[in-house]
Formats: sequence, structure tokens, C-alpha cells
Amino acid sequence: MFVLIVGCGRVGSAIAKSMLAEGHEVSVLDENPEAIALLNRGQEVAWEDQGGSFTVGTALEIDALLAAGIEDADAFVASTDGDNTNLVIAQIAQRRFEVERVVVRVLDPGRAKWYAEQGLQTVCPTQTAIELLEAAVRGQVRFEGVSG
Amino acid sequence: MYALIVGAGKVGWNLARELQDKGSEVTVVERNRRRYETVEEELEHSIQYGDGTELWILERAGIERADLVIAVTGDDEDNILICQMAREKYGVERVVARCNNPRNLQHFDLLGIKPAISATDLILRLIEHEVPEYGLVHLLDLKQERLEIIEMEVAAGSAADGTSVADLNLPDGSLVISILRDGGGFVPTGESVVKGGDEVLLVLDIGLEDSVTERFSQRVETAGTDGR
Repeated sequence: MFVLIVGCGRVGSAIAKSMLAEGHEVSVLDENPEAIALLNRGQEVAWEDQGGSFTVGTALEIDALLAAGIEDADAFVASTDGDNTNLVIAQIAQRRFEVERVVVRVLDPGRAKWYAEQGLQTVCPTQTAIELLEAAVRGQVRFEGVSG
Repeated sequence: MYALIVGAGKVGWNLARELQDKGSEVTVVERNRRRYETVEEELEHSIQYGDGTELWILERAGIERADLVIAVTGDDEDNILICQMAREKYGVERVVARCNNPRNLQHFDLLGIKPAISATDLILRLIEHEVPEYGLVHLLDLKQERLEIIEMEVAAGSAADGTSVADLNLPDGSLVISILRDGGGFVPTGESVVKGGDEVLLVLDIGLEDSVTERFSQRVETAGTDGR
């Protein structure tokens, strides 16, 4: 499948790398041209030489989304550092471009919950951390090293 | 009326003053601490500090009983989200959004946020009004209804000059609703004659502009006027 990832930070770049390694077609959009360094980090072959694509542009700009290939995307990941940006572009991907699988990262549990109820697939790292930490405090789980 | 304004920039602050002067109850929410403190000196308890895209901040500011929510922050994605949650989560009947970048208007449209007001667009309209291209001014666009009201100057020697309204042969879906002449205006009948120098107001389906305006513009194809 063709995966479009908007927001190339720690999360976006990690998803991009594993999707490409699994053999999917991957396109990444970020407003910072330097962000490609995260895609190249720890790789023997540069991101674009591996067949990945990288577009510099602002998430809300339709032209940038088009250049990054949103019209052909089977899956869309909204992982910029702005909750509101993520929620708006995810809805654009879903409603305007009818991307089949849209996932959106939302740090604020309140907005994540409400938008999930409206039909968006939201992932809330804050809520996940709360649940895991609570379970660990109660002794229900015990993590060796980094949990997740 | 209770109005909740998110964003205490120049627009938000002045709106708050004006609405208070008109007797409305107003709360402004501002997330920048320094800006909040500046505006708080004047608005006192009518401004609250916090990120107006967080649900609990909106709830603390009383969004559930707001009659009107105005999102005028500098970020379009924030304004979209505030209005979307106001209407769909909290059932606020009326929302008004500021659109900072006119290229983002399509996102407001897509998500049903209206009215969305773009200062750039408004100023462009004013420029159009002051310096009309082809004598045409957009007075009102009813996007959802797919209608527009335009004002046109009737050029001397145009097809319309000296023609009665009934004989203008306007396309279906367009109608002359008034003629402005000598500082006054009237609603015409079919027999009213349009003259060069008049201004006419028309209501028309979006998309008919070109075929309507050609009847009121100067004819250019007349033989023998080759200007060399």
C-alpha cells in the first residue's frame, strides 16, 4: 500500500522507516527540510535512495498534500507536533480525499476522545502512558526496560 | 446574548469591547500569558487565561451556554477546531471564524465552518469596489444557495444602453433587481429602460457572470475602430 505520513518527528520518521522496510510505498511530508535527517539516521542507504519520498511543505497547504501524493494514498498518518493541525488534516484526508485508512496522533486526551467518537482513528500517547503507568503502579504489569 | 471569543489579539479584544458596549455578556480566552495580562487590565473578569482549543478551558469559559462563539486566533487550524467543537460538541448555534490565510478557506468550507471571514478577502472586495474591473462589483455571495448579487456599471454604447429590461435577453437564472441613476434607485419593471451611466444590481446563479456582464460592457468589435 501507499502510506502518506505528515509530520516527520520521532514518531512519523519511525513509522515511515518501518513501513518502507516492510515493502510499502512511503511518502513523508514535513515543513522542515532538515527533517529528512531523521529518516536517514541509522540507515546505511539514504531515504530517497531506498525508494522513500520526502516533500517539504506545510501540512495545511493542499498543494503540499497533493505533491506528497495524497490522492493515491491508501493510508494517512497525521503526526505533526500540533494536535489541531493533525485533526484538521486527518479530516481533509478522510472527507476530501477519501483516504481509506486515516490515523491521527493527538496528545490531548480530551480532544482525542471526542474526535474518536466522531469517527476518526485517534491515537493518544498521553492516555496510553497514563494507562500503562497506572497498571505498573498497581503492580498489574511489570516492564523490563522500555515498555510499550 | 453570551458571546465567547477565543483569541485576544487586536480583533478579539476590539470585538469584546464592541459587544460589551452593545450589552452582550462576553468572555475572551487567551493562551499567551503576557497578552492575557495586558488585556486583563481592561477587561478584568471577562478574560480567562488558557488554550481555547482545550475542552476544559472552553467549558470553564461557559461554552455550553454560549449563544455565539467567535474564533479569532492567528492559527486557522485552531479556529476550525474551536468552531467545529462549539457547534458539534456543545451545540452552539452560531459560530464565526477568522480565516488568516485565504487559501485555507476551502478547509473551513469542507468542514462546514461558516461564516469564515478572511481579512485579505474583505480588503480585496473593497479594492474591487473602489477600483472596479469591468465596472463589476460583488455585493453578496450566497455560496450555499449558489446565488450572487452584483453591481454593474452600464457602459455607453453597450448592448444594454437604451434597451428595456424585458429586451435585455439576459440568460435564465439572472434578474435585474434595481437600477441606480442620479443618486437614486428604483426597482424596474420590464418596460424600464436602461441607460449608459446607470448602475444595475442583478441577482444571478453563480457561473452566469460572464454572459451577463458582456451585455453591459462596451462593445469592442465595432469595425473601423482599429486604433492604429
